[in-house]
Amino acid sequence: MAGGFVYNAIDQTEVATAEIYGKAIADIMLNDPKVVAITADLAKSTKLGDVLKVCPERVINVGIAEQDMMGVAAGMAKAGMVPFVSGFSAFCSMRACDQLHTDICYQKANVKIVATHSGTSFGQAGSTHHAITDLAITRAMPNLTVIVPADGVETANAVNAAYATEGPFYIRINRGFDLVLNTTMDYGFEVGKAVTVNEGTDITVIACGSCVAQAKKAAEFLSNADGLSVRVLNMHTIKPIDREAILKAVMETRRIITVEDHLVTGGLGSAVSEVVVDSGKACAFKMLGHQGFAMIGLQEDIMADAGIDANGIIAAVREVMKKDFEEDDNWDDEY
Amino acid sequence: MALSKQEWLALEKKAHELRHLTLQTTVWAGSGHLGGGMSVLDLLTIMYYKYLNIKVDDPKWEDRDRFILSKGHAAIAYAPVLCDKGFNDPEMLKTFNLSGSKMGMHLDSNKVVGVDASTGSLGHGASIAAGTALAARLQGKDFLTYMVTGDGELGEGSNWEGFMTMNHYQLSNCIVYIDRNHCMIDGNTEDVMKLEPLADKLTAFGFNTICVDGNNIKELCDATDIAIERLKEKCNPTCILMDTQKGAGLPVAGDYHCHYMAIDDPTFEEYKKALDAYYAKRVERAEKEGE
Repeated sequence: MAGGFVYNAIDQTEVATAEIYGKAIADIMLNDPKVVAITADLAKSTKLGDVLKVCPERVINVGIAEQDMMGVAAGMAKAGMVPFVSGFSAFCSMRACDQLHTDICYQKANVKIVATHSGTSFGQAGSTHHAITDLAITRAMPNLTVIVPADGVETANAVNAAYATEGPFYIRINRGFDLVLNTTMDYGFEVGKAVTVNEGTDITVIACGSCVAQAKKAAEFLSNADGLSVRVLNMHTIKPIDREAILKAVMETRRIITVEDHLVTGGLGSAVSEVVVDSGKACAFKMLGHQGFAMIGLQEDIMADAGIDANGIIAAVREVMKKDFEEDDNWDDEY
Repeated sequence: MALSKQEWLALEKKAHELRHLTLQTTVWAGSGHLGGGMSVLDLLTIMYYKYLNIKVDDPKWEDRDRFILSKGHAAIAYAPVLCDKGFNDPEMLKTFNLSGSKMGMHLDSNKVVGVDASTGSLGHGASIAAGTALAARLQGKDFLTYMVTGDGELGEGSNWEGFMTMNHYQLSNCIVYIDRNHCMIDGNTEDVMKLEPLADKLTAFGFNTICVDGNNIKELCDATDIAIERLKEKCNPTCILMDTQKGAGLPVAGDYHCHYMAIDDPTFEEYKKALDAYYAKRVERAEKEGE
């Protein structure tokens, strides 16, 4: 594994996800003088403190100028360096959208974007700082790999993988702490391959980011309360999406729910639905996510409001389980 | 070292050939950004035939100087330069803008050899140039970055973000040129969106600003030499504000309507004669003023 750092459950209960990123990138930069960290006045917020300690000369702060941050990163990549860009997801994807598209993706610049404060994890900051359109934007960018780690350990894995792989990456992480999902780094993380968090045969919940732990909780509850066997897939890579795991879920469970801290438009749910529709195989399908601009508040309250927490997932599973797939002519009770 | 008369005349001859090739490419393409291509052509000539430390047989040489054409629509002049220089087969020019061609209206660095940055969306070059210049610094390399933007393009705020970075990090290894041809698509810059006092603005952003006639090879080279001389110390970068004519050398010179144009056969003949006359005047000047 590149970088040589190892994180476990204890680390991520003590440090925020972005801090794990900060430590991971510091470790990589210590070992590779070609790696540089670039930020737009968010070195502290995006937890680059450890990098500032070990190689401050390779932390480039461009001030509050995300477009410049992306362009500078593209230029540095073109001149042989490996830039890790850190900024808020909302501004990496929206303010600097053209630079992301033209300077980085179009030119296949070897730039790694670690976008923090994603989804509604900066909930109290309101819609200016919520990033609930970024997956729709980044998923539409050719040449860009899009990863949504579910916790700190997965963030370290994603950063490692991005470093080890030539080409642009967008890694979307949260502000603050994430619920612990993975206790060690050694659980088979592979870009483009979903992780089965819970085995199941009745229905599949496909989740990413903060919603994976919620889906796991929901599955455990439904197993005990309803006797349901709920498969939970951690679809950490949104692009390229794991078609095989999705089609397996269609064939084996016939019911799919997607859940994400993002608008239902253009994100994980859309990506999964494209695979399902393209396959020509029918399945009950429900997308959970934000329906519009989210409320202001704590992320857990916003997630509850949007129905993307464990309770929302439980309700959705029960609803979808009511749909039958009998071979009759009655389509009213099916999707 | 000051530009000798002999070198000046050689560069004039090259610029003349490239103006003709640009006009011809516009005809092959059916239409093109002739105005902005001609205004920046003298700069492209001195870059590729005097200043850039590049290797035609090793276009990705990592220590090469970088040239970033932020005004990517000037590809109609840039592509002929890259073909004439030997990076690409000149036959490719006959396919410029055509379906399936590697050469579109804005050049793709992954398709056209010798292009350091894919541009076309305006206001991107400054930040990319700051990035390549910063990378040179951090890696202890002495290659230079040359970057040119249009003047109307300066309406894009991202340019000024890039300029701030260049000055904050004292990137004297990056030389900025502004093609001040006074025109944009909808009219003259001062009518559409005022830029003046542009030199003061650039100086206020920290540049050592030098104003030159951007269609005078001697002045362009002298200013570039000053900028290169300043590289010896880590200091603020130089911006060379080039006063140019849109469509320089053509009967439509100075008219913003020449931003993008199609050329019919009679016009083609007329323009070729005009370019020859323009060249004769420029040679006369070089003969008179050269040393």
